[in-house]
Formats: sequence, C-alpha cells, structure tokens
Amino acid sequence: MSAELTELYQQVILDHNRRPRNRGRLPTANRSAHGDNPSCGDQCDVFLRLDGDRIAEISFDGSGCAISQASASLMTTQLKGKTAAQAEQLFQEFRAIVTSGKEPEEISDLAAFAGVHAFPARIKCATLSWHAALNALHGEAAPATTESHTD
Amino acid sequence: MSAPASPWDRIRDQFPILDQQVNGHPLVYLDNAATTQKPTSVVAALDRFYAHDNANVHRGLHALSMRATEAYEGARARVARFINAAAPEEIVFTRGTTDAINLVAASWGGAHLKPGDVILLTEMEHHSNLVPWQLAAQRTGATLRYLPVTGDEGLLDLDQLDQLLTPQVKVFAFTHISNTLGTINPVAELCARARRVGAVTVIDAAQSIGHAPLDVQAIGCDFLAFSGHKMAAATGIGALYGRRALLEAMPPYQGGGGMISHVDLFESRWKPAPERFEAGTPNFGDAVTLHAACDFLDGLGRAQIQEHDSRLARRAYERLGELPGIRLLGPRGERGGLVCFALADVHAHDVVTFADEDGIALRGGHHCNQPLMKRLGLTSTVRASFYVYNEEREIDALVASMRRTIAFFKG
Repeated sequence: MSAELTELYQQVILDHNRRPRNRGRLPTANRSAHGDNPSCGDQCDVFLRLDGDRIAEISFDGSGCAISQASASLMTTQLKGKTAAQAEQLFQEFRAIVTSGKEPEEISDLAAFAGVHAFPARIKCATLSWHAALNALHGEAAPATTESHTD
Repeated sequence: MSAPASPWDRIRDQFPILDQQVNGHPLVYLDNAATTQKPTSVVAALDRFYAHDNANVHRGLHALSMRATEAYEGARARVARFINAAAPEEIVFTRGTTDAINLVAASWGGAHLKPGDVILLTEMEHHSNLVPWQLAAQRTGATLRYLPVTGDEGLLDLDQLDQLLTPQVKVFAFTHISNTLGTINPVAELCARARRVGAVTVIDAAQSIGHAPLDVQAIGCDFLAFSGHKMAAATGIGALYGRRALLEAMPPYQGGGGMISHVDLFESRWKPAPERFEAGTPNFGDAVTLHAACDFLDGLGRAQIQEHDSRLARRAYERLGELPGIRLLGPRGERGGLVCFALADVHAHDVVTFADEDGIALRGGHHCNQPLMKRLGLTSTVRASFYVYNEEREIDALVASMRRTIAFFKG
C-alpha cells in the first residue's frame, strides 16, 4: 500500500467506519438536516437536540464510503456539547485539514483526516456530514448538497 | 505461407493508452461501459481531417468545404450501414445518447403525447432514458409507467408486459443492454409486442452499439440512440436512428442555421430530416471518428467482439463469485460485457480507490441508475466492464485486488 493510501485509511477512520458512534435516528431531536452527494450517491442525515445554543445530543444516519461514514461518526463525538459558534469554528478547522493536509496545532482526532487532501475527489465525502450538521444547526430547510458548496 | 494476420493479433498495440503504469502497476482499464479507449486508426482519422480537410460543411463552394461535407455525409452513410438503417437520412447526428433521447422525447413527445397517454419505461433505465421522459410527461400531461425488474438476476419481468402494454401506451423506451446489470434485453420481441398496441419504440443502445451486431430493421424499432465514445470513437458525437416516416413528421428540436429551408422575420420553413434536427454547425470533426470506429469494429467482427466481451464478463462473474461476502448483479449466463457487484463490508468508493492503487480502473457508484439501485436495496455498486483489448489476466488482477481490499477492511 502506498503512503498516501495508508495515510487516507488511518486506524481512527477504519475504527469509526467499523463501529460508528451515535448512529441512527435521535428520537429526541428537535433539528435535523439531510445531505447528499449526487455524484456518488452518498447520503447523510444529521439529528440534533439543541438546548438553547448548545448541541445537547447528536446522531447521524446514512450510507457512503468509509471516509464519509467515519467523518460523520467522528463529527458527532466532536460536536456534542458545543455551541453553534464552536461548531462553526471546528468545521473551519476540519475543512482546513482535509483541503490542505496540515494537521492542527492542538492534538485532535480530526487530524486523522489529513490524508484526504491527497485524494481531491474524496474531500466532499469527508465534509458532507458537517454541511448537514451546520444546516441542521441553522435550521435550513433545504437539504445540504455537495453541489452547492465549494469544498 | 503464413495465415493472414487477424485484426485481433496485437490488438493492444492499437491502443497506445494501455501501455502505461498507474501507481506503479500496468494499467488495467475496466471502465469501458463509461467510455472506451480509441484505437490509433480513429485518432489518425481525426488528425487527418483537421490536418487536411477541415472547413465548415454544407453550402460551401470551395474545395475544403466540399471535402468536409463529403466526410460528414460519408460518416452518416457509414453509420446507417453499421446499424442497417434503410437510408442515411434516418441518421441524425447528436452529441450522444442523452442528446438523441432528449430529441425524441422533446420533438416526437411534444407533438404526440397528451394527458391520458402512457410512457412505458423499465426499472433498469439509465437516467438518460428516464429523465427526458419525466420532462416530456411534465410538459404533456402523459403518465409514466415502469416494467419491473425481477431482482438481482436483473431480467425484465416480461409476464407483466401484456398487462402494462395497454392501448394508452404511446411510447415504450428501453435499454438494449443494461449498464448496471449487463442484461441483454430481447429488443426485437419488445418491439413486436409494442407494435401490437401501436406504441412507438425507443432503444437506448449506448451499451450495445460497440459490443454486438445491431440491425435496426431486424429489431424493428422506431428510434435507437447511441454514443460514439462508447464504441471507440470520439466524445461529443452520437446518433439518433429514426424511421424516416416518423422523422419526417416531427417538428424541429432546436432552431438555427442549417435546419431551415426558408427564414422570414416571423416564420420559417424546415429542411427535411435529418438536417431539420441538426441546427448550427454540426460536429463533423468527430463524425469522422465515428466512421473510422465503424470500420475498426467491423474489421474485428461484431459477433466476435460480443463473444469476447461476454466471455470475459462471464469469467469475471464466476471468479468474483468466489469472494466472501460478494453480491453479484445481473444474469448468471449470457450477459453484456460488464459485471456489477457489491462487497458486504466495503463501500464501492473505497473498493475503487483501492483498485486504483493497483492500477485498475473501475467505476463505483449508482451508475446513473438510482431507481434501480433503490429497487435492489443498494446505494452503490462496483462495476468492471470489458472491451476488445481486455484479457483474462486482467480479471486475475481484479480478483487479487478485491481480495486485498476485503482483507484490509476486515482488519
């Protein structure tokens, strides 16, 4: 296996893909959003229970490649307990990691996705669930689609 | 005396693109259902045209324009012969299959469909033979109905056809070879049964045109659409075959130069078919490649091509079937030159990424077949598709790559 592929399919990603965290509908959700990637058919639903401005609970459901499933799973573990502003901030960090390959200064599981930048076609796989989560946070009715944002 | 060389000898030498390394491995190109590679004779024809004969076609009074017109109309006549159309006038050049089906759906559909009419499709249609009909239904008030697919073996449920083929069915559109299942549909039978209720038939021949003998008069279809790039010709050129009487009675699809006989400020008159449907400067440069591709494929023999591609696909089906947790789609026996499958624990896109690492080009996704995927309870599959230059050793490489991928994800 090449260094790029080993970097892409890191243990953290394989682990989240095999044993996704917070997967399934959230019965107590008061917000949800759907995301899809029409070019590959990946789909992702994100469910939130917002307590004021804070994400009290979060889950996801959907289907897609290991990168998209692991990203969604890891995202739920990162966003739980965060405010909308903190979630936005984390997404910006995550986006920088997957597009540039630069690992964050602070130690973070998100760094596992640095390998994605070497596979431009897979960046949208990694960001799909985040777009859906932010749409849910902002209460946007239209589904998130990888065709309407630029990463 | 040695026997005359077969055009199949050293066939890979005619496709220089195959002679390269991808990620440190010899390229194994198994994405032929998406687009085929082009032989040197086709590339040379394009080169020769632009180096010697290029000028705009029709109405030209100078030498180059006359040569270009001859090349363009020569390609039309060659394509007509390739599919045994009754006359070159039954061939309308289009951008490809999608453009050709849109032409029929918009022009013929717009003129003939009305509320209460039924457009009959099948559950295995590519989006290109589905969305244009949805648009036609929305515009005309006609209703869409679907002939079901039986399941993973991917056959049309012909037992339901009589019940669905009511006199309300005005058009029945179906694929010749499924781009996902590999199913070869009994097109002549489908056309004969449609004719009994007076329905017009439209065949999507994108996956059969370059792979099998094709005779529109023997099939008995009214329209047939295909793309050049799936039969060793250039991208951006394809054709619609239409029975002459039907084409002659159809209104224009697009307006512009080249399709009019007379233009006034407030109204115009149209040229006869096929010019009526070729508004604007046509794609004569790429039409030349279609001519060269017809020659190339007939040189190999289309029955032999079908035998070759189908043998590789059946072999791949058999070999892949040995893998743990694999779900194979499409018929077990006779099939077109492709195999689609899903692995239990690995998503199609991960499979394709890992295969690329081994120099193998596959396609993963819904293959523009979302309703069929939904029907089969799948979101995406992996497709390996074969062409004249593929060899059995490439199936070995494919199976070995799949084994490595399965082992990796099993952990």
